[in-house]
Amino acid sequence: MKLLTALASATLLTFSALPVLAQTPSTLRIGLQEDPDMLDPHKARTFVGRIVFKGLCDKLLDITPDLKLVPRLATEWSFSSDGLTLTMKLRTDAKFHDGDVFNAEAAKANIERARTMPDSLRKSELASVDSVETPDASTIVLKLKRPDATLLAQLTDRAGMMLAPKSLAGDVAAKPVCSGPYKFVERVQNDRIVLERFKEHWEAQNYHFDRILYRSIPDTTVRLANLRAGELDMLERLAPTDVKSAQSDKALKVAGIPNLGYQGITINTANGDAAKQPMGMDKRVRQALSLSIDRKVLSQVVFEGLYEPMIQPFNPGNPYVSADFPVPARDVAKAKALLKEAGVAKVSVELFVTNNPVDAQLGQVIQAMAAEAGIEIQIRSTEFASQLRDQQQGKFQMSRVGWSGRIDPDGNLHQFVTSKGNQNDGKYSNAEVDKLLDEARTVYDVAERKKRYDAAQKFLQDELPIVYLYNQTVFFALRSNISGFVISPDGMIRLSGLKRS
Amino acid sequence: MLALIGRRALIALPTLFLVSLFVFALQRALPGDPFLVIAGEERDPEVIARLREIYRMDDPVVVQFFAWLGQVVQGDFGRSLRTGEPVLALILQKLPVTLQLAIASIIVAIGIGIPAGIIAARRKDTVVDYSASALALSGLSIPNFWLGIMLILVVSVELKWLPASGYEPFFSNPKGAIERLIMPAFVLGSGLAAFLMRHTRSAMLEVLRSDYVRTARAKGLDEDAVVNRHALRNALVPIITLSTILFGELLGGAVLTEQVFTIPGFGKLIVDAVFNRDYGVVQGVVLCTAIGFILMNLLADVLYILVNPRLRAQ
Repeated sequence: MKLLTALASATLLTFSALPVLAQTPSTLRIGLQEDPDMLDPHKARTFVGRIVFKGLCDKLLDITPDLKLVPRLATEWSFSSDGLTLTMKLRTDAKFHDGDVFNAEAAKANIERARTMPDSLRKSELASVDSVETPDASTIVLKLKRPDATLLAQLTDRAGMMLAPKSLAGDVAAKPVCSGPYKFVERVQNDRIVLERFKEHWEAQNYHFDRILYRSIPDTTVRLANLRAGELDMLERLAPTDVKSAQSDKALKVAGIPNLGYQGITINTANGDAAKQPMGMDKRVRQALSLSIDRKVLSQVVFEGLYEPMIQPFNPGNPYVSADFPVPARDVAKAKALLKEAGVAKVSVELFVTNNPVDAQLGQVIQAMAAEAGIEIQIRSTEFASQLRDQQQGKFQMSRVGWSGRIDPDGNLHQFVTSKGNQNDGKYSNAEVDKLLDEARTVYDVAERKKRYDAAQKFLQDELPIVYLYNQTVFFALRSNISGFVISPDGMIRLSGLKRS
Repeated sequence: MLALIGRRALIALPTLFLVSLFVFALQRALPGDPFLVIAGEERDPEVIARLREIYRMDDPVVVQFFAWLGQVVQGDFGRSLRTGEPVLALILQKLPVTLQLAIASIIVAIGIGIPAGIIAARRKDTVVDYSASALALSGLSIPNFWLGIMLILVVSVELKWLPASGYEPFFSNPKGAIERLIMPAFVLGSGLAAFLMRHTRSAMLEVLRSDYVRTARAKGLDEDAVVNRHALRNALVPIITLSTILFGELLGGAVLTEQVFTIPGFGKLIVDAVFNRDYGVVQGVVLCTAIGFILMNLLADVLYILVNPRLRAQ
């Protein structure tokens, strides 16, 4: 009997101690939607990877929530009058996690690696760089092949991240050595990435947690349950369907902001035989499709009305959004008239969607709306890797795709709609658009650039190689006791200033 | 016994070869291109070409297969296309996780299933039997995913008794490990327990009807002795087979349960790998699972001999 009592009380003790144990002081626990890929900024490709790099690696520049450039490792920067030389002044008090000092030589080694390593994914981002010079230890000069208005934006992300020069020869992804506010401790694939505060960081006083624990929890319901149970301090990409219930929970708070990307339907206009049908060949049919969709209702039905309707490739509030193209109201009569004008009373077309519940629902809503205008849509759903492959090979008529977005407008347009663009899967081609978008890349003045984007949009809104639908709002959920989180349209989690009260 | 093990090992070799051939061929038959996924959102054609070259993707499939097999024989499983980590290191990282969960789940399954089956058989056609069967049926029909999320919501979010998710290794942190194992092991184990219970019940009923049990009863042995000493031993043979098969399946990873409780085991690894067309990882994991299955079959054979003396003579 005594033994039983002892056992019972031991069990009780264990259980009562649990909630306390779950929280190690001064560790910020962040729930990610996916497991990041390689932790090497020059080889990495995932969105969640970028979130982890924000803690691990400093870059030359950063952006504010309203997309203004601010100094990080570079303190000042300027272009020469011909636009072919970018000179940057660098910090002198920054150190790498291995103790080495950050200087111009180190920056040069990184930029050279990013733009020349055979399997670097940063090559296209730094394609305009011709050579790198280091006149002194705190100055770096990039000589350009052509003026490049997108370059500074590239340097705010992975292309501008700095690895310790000594680590470059080894397996970087296995143990990344950067100069960010936190250093790498361990990684368990599909589970966790642990970082530890780097006390010698030049801005160490702004980072209040000793450790950062990133956990990958793909299921949104489970991720939220973990936050509610106190196993996480914050999570990224809260599902729109969970926003209301998270908001009503006093232990949590929710933050949201329109993200930089776009969501739409890419139409095959000239890629192989699949394009040879009314939707691919006649812009009036595409216009009819666009007019048949009620973007507000679509957002209501699928996203609780939390995503904003959008017909341009930029986020609402972006300086490059054109006032000439407001979201049109649904107009079935006009859509029917357009079809009639095109000489087709009924259109039958296939829509490719990724096989997840949200995309399937989205496809069905579009299907129902388009049917009323006389466009019959068959939905084909496959998983993402197959969709990508088929899309690139032209085995599609329409494909429901999204883009996570780039800071610079070029990143949301050029590669998708210029004739030789890597991601122009519908093979849309318009010499005028090519010329305007090529030019826009080389113009540094924002107002001048915008003129070119507006002019290009005039063609794109008329010919509709991509029918834009809505802009995603990126939601974060945090425990109420976490303060100092600054939300940004790039969906990143910047650790500076984050605190637990 | 040794001869048996040796014979089994010899049979295992062609099996493993066929399994790897099959998985290799199936994967290559899948639509989709891993390098389109790996090259990132930008899909730079130059990068794709370079990656294909590094991973020898432009060689004929047969050449690729034997190149891979040649490396495997030397203990090199290649690298993950997605993260660049060696596949063998990944497998060794996940194996203890999956093993721990599998052992905990099979303990739950056997601990509930076999006693419940015995009791149901002894009290055949009584309320006890019916309620055990009803429970078993519900255990079989409740989806793991749903049960897991419900448990997290009630036990972790509302009652705050157990941590909602994660993994701790048993040997370095037994308390943390057990806390994190209770719910997933129950979710996985309850379904298997139902299965085991049904089989134990019918095996027991069969044995209890046999002549020697009647004889045992006739000579005045009390019921406990009849059941435990005479009937159960014989009924165990099919149950052992079933348990080892179930355990072998658990070693392949429990995809849904691992997802719900975010346990970084084989299930999560292989699903991610399939979606990313991470060929090397899929092949490595499947090969390991196959080896696990073969070992389980061997274990079943050895256990038969231990419980059934007649097999020892053969």
